[in-house]
Amino acid sequence: MSYIKPKFHHPELPVNRLGFTKKEYEGVISTLCSGCGHDSISAAIVQACFEMNIQPHQVAKLSGIGCSSKTPAYFLNNSHGFNSVHGRMPSVATGAVLANRDLMYLGISGDGDSASIGIGQFVHSIRRNLNMTYIVMNNGCYGLTKGQDSATADVGSVSKSGNANQYTAIDLAGLALELGATFVARSFSGDKAQLIPLIKAGMSHHGFALIDVVSPCVTFNNNTGSTKSYDYVREHMEAVDTFDYVPYEKEITIEYKDGEALEVEMHDGSKVYLSKLAKDWDPFNRFSALNKLNESRAGGEILTGLIYIDEQSKDFHEMIHTVEKPLNQLTEQELCPGNEVLQRINDSFR
Amino acid sequence: MQSLNPSVNDFVIRFANVNGTGSASANKMFATSIFKMGIPVTAKNIFPSNIQGLPTWYEVRINDKGYLGRRDGLDIMVCLNPQSIKRDVEAVRPGGYFLYDSTKYLVKEFIREDVHYLGIPMTEICNTSFEDPRYRQLLKNMVYVGALSALLDIEHQVLKDIIHSEFKNKEKLIAPNEQALQMGIDYARKHFDCPLDIRVERRNLNGDSIVMDGNTACALGAIYAGATVAAWYPITPSTSVVSSFEKYANKLRVDKENGLKNFAVVQAEDELSAVGIAIGANWNGARGFTATSGPGLSLMNEFLGLAYFAEIPVVLVDVQRGGPSTGMPTRTQQSDLMMAAYASHGDTKHVLLFPSNPKECFEHTAYAFDLAERLQTPVIVMTDLDLGMNEHLSPPLKWDDKRKYDRGKVLNAEQLEKIEKWGRYLDIDGDGVPYRTLPGTHPIKGAYFTRGSSHDEFARYTEDSHTYVHIMDRLLLKWNTAKKLVYAPQIYNQPSQSSIGILFFGTTTYAALEAIDLLNEEGIKLDALRITAFPFQDSIEKFIQEHKTVFIIEQNRDAQMKKILSNELEIDKRKLISILNYDGTPITANFIHQSISRITTQSLTLQQ
Ligand SMILES: Cc1ncc(C[n+]2csc(CCOP(=O)(O)OP(=O)(O)O)c2C)c(N)n1
Ligand code: SF4
Repeated sequence: MSYIKPKFHHPELPVNRLGFTKKEYEGVISTLCSGCGHDSISAAIVQACFEMNIQPHQVAKLSGIGCSSKTPAYFLNNSHGFNSVHGRMPSVATGAVLANRDLMYLGISGDGDSASIGIGQFVHSIRRNLNMTYIVMNNGCYGLTKGQDSATADVGSVSKSGNANQYTAIDLAGLALELGATFVARSFSGDKAQLIPLIKAGMSHHGFALIDVVSPCVTFNNNTGSTKSYDYVREHMEAVDTFDYVPYEKEITIEYKDGEALEVEMHDGSKVYLSKLAKDWDPFNRFSALNKLNESRAGGEILTGLIYIDEQSKDFHEMIHTVEKPLNQLTEQELCPGNEVLQRINDSFR
Repeated sequence: MQSLNPSVNDFVIRFANVNGTGSASANKMFATSIFKMGIPVTAKNIFPSNIQGLPTWYEVRINDKGYLGRRDGLDIMVCLNPQSIKRDVEAVRPGGYFLYDSTKYLVKEFIREDVHYLGIPMTEICNTSFEDPRYRQLLKNMVYVGALSALLDIEHQVLKDIIHSEFKNKEKLIAPNEQALQMGIDYARKHFDCPLDIRVERRNLNGDSIVMDGNTACALGAIYAGATVAAWYPITPSTSVVSSFEKYANKLRVDKENGLKNFAVVQAEDELSAVGIAIGANWNGARGFTATSGPGLSLMNEFLGLAYFAEIPVVLVDVQRGGPSTGMPTRTQQSDLMMAAYASHGDTKHVLLFPSNPKECFEHTAYAFDLAERLQTPVIVMTDLDLGMNEHLSPPLKWDDKRKYDRGKVLNAEQLEKIEKWGRYLDIDGDGVPYRTLPGTHPIKGAYFTRGSSHDEFARYTEDSHTYVHIMDRLLLKWNTAKKLVYAPQIYNQPSQSSIGILFFGTTTYAALEAIDLLNEEGIKLDALRITAFPFQDSIEKFIQEHKTVFIIEQNRDAQMKKILSNELEIDKRKLISILNYDGTPITANFIHQSISRITTQSLTLQQ
């Protein structure tokens, strides 16, 4: 059962530019296990949207099936949500994005959802470069069906049952890079400082933004031997960059020492300042990003941060040349060619 | 030798070609010329599931009375395929004609005493007249069209006009085509008595009719209904629904100034995705649809259950082919009925529409969008390969410019503003259809979480038994509403003239109506009803109850429509006698006629 949270707010809660408190970005109370990484990601989404002054009703949140896919109920109560079928959120999102290009789309999926049953749809939504932020809450296991290994579980990673996984893991960030994704990031549910700006940047990106977030399952996959446990990830995280996100409305006050900062201007005019931790990190280079990703994987490290971005990205609507006005707002006058034209069509069949 | 009864405008001619030799356009030209002479005509492609090299047939029926279903008995065979000669010769009825390429001698075993042979050295004629090897191949087809025009008395000018309009944009092809046509005419006139005893004669029977295939008509229906998102995955025989949609949309729905389109066509990665995209678009307030056939519909099941339970409109066009599994992809059947009616696990039922000619394909598809939005549920337009891919004589398409799209119960911001407490699944009007909201409508009202899991009237997740039962029962109430909104069945012969009834739907209609007339001539009278939609309106139940025996014509093995009728209605199913044809070819009037005739005479004998 989900609960409705009390409406009461403290009068002194901070408000954002729209006059909303953080409460306006929350959802119903989570029913996930306490300590589940997914809840931390929900909290990061709430914080990111609050800080970005997003109108909650201008966001549509879509998901598949799994513990992770339940989370859209736990944030942005005033946004429409769609909990679709297992692994098929990308297609539903594709239809939704086509119907109304003016909203922001947030897709939430699990690693079972995206890397197994739904890998086809995941892959193809990348090819289409839908304008959406796609967050995978990646725990290396199936939470909702009680702990089976998922396709992102690393070789040798030990599940709660004590068995070591035999099969090669699918690295969703690597796969996305390989496929030509225009925004690829990875983070950890326990690292809010990194995750929140990444979500903001993803939401400002014009095109498909993948954020693969390692999100430990405390119930089935947080044991020693698991490579997706809190302890393991904390010990093996390697950030390529830290960064600040600056919405375009604000005066830009961030300063970095010369040579350390890299400015990324987003489609909507907002800016991301990267301060690179990894030497020679170039987030515009797909090949070096892929190399680095593979290297760290081989070394047992988990590479996090903004791994790749293509600022010139052309989204699906631009590729297929749809009109500016959302398709769902077009009227009979704009859509129906009328009987006179139909009579000419008839003539061509006589 | 026995000769056929001389006949004007009443015969069947079949062309046997090799797939990929360019015969399709010549054959079509032949059929079009008959249509343009004002004579009712229908043509069916009988083609293999293969791209090149295999035998393919094109069967044309010409009939003044407008009987345009398939008829048994072949009057003229035009044989251009050495591979299939044996069965092509055998197919001709005694006294019929066999037209063939006599460049090579016909082997003795192919000579029948009771058939007239019309040998024309087509290869030789073309080889001596044309240099280009491609011309030699292609123009052979025009030679036989020319010969037929002399043999059957087709007006020369009609054919010339067709050639001119066909090659409007390829001027240099006009002269050689005309030349080949003329060579055929000259050869036939010189060597045979022209015309034959079967021939055509100008009439004025086609009025303002058109000749169109059902897939094109469905595509136009979607265009006129304002569909903006078409998502699909290629499958025979439904592929041309979306390709025609795209073709017409590119002509009619592109902003001339900036080239921007007010539609989106997505070739999805599979059918799961295709229907998912259509559902996502409808959820977000755009009219989205998909077109598919059996195997694709199988894959769409899970999503159809979601759309049913979460109450999201979506339109599908199912162009049925031979099943099960990959079955016979290029043959026709009506065998997806059960799956379509009850697609997905759990208790589900889906609205189905059964058009039976291109005009209805257009109307049903356009109306499907209104119905889907009005009812917030999937609506499936059920056609088949015969209707979808063959050209049918049909009344012209019509659109009422005053028509407004029925977008169903969608609340806008002002309406939401006035509502105290809105619930996505509250049945305010007592018709089982709740009010929906679209994303982005209102800052604080109307947002909800769509899910296929059990939910209460406010869209909140619940496994409470009472709530679940309440929602499931409301969906049944909605089904009752659907019954009132779908097309009424078409009842022929009122008031009732017989204790025997006959039911049919979709493409069995043509043959059934002809069979009824044939039976009538024999003194067997039938009342007829054509099913046009599921849920079934009460008049169908009444019709069955009012007749002692009811024949039901279907093109599947398991009598699927009969099963659905028995399942849904209070009827004695022992009354329903199935006439089933499931060999992949369109059912014929003779088959229905003979089956019913046999059964009724037997039972009369038994009664005596
Ligand atoms: C077609 C289908 N098959 C199987 C299931 C059962 N199922 C529900 S959730 C799930 C796995 C979820 O794993 P993941 O996506 O990793 O999410 P998590 O629960 O770990 O967050 C499965 C197999 C289903 N709902 N639908
Ligand atoms: S089972 Fe695992 S993934 Fe699911 S809620 Fe519990 S901790 Fe989270």
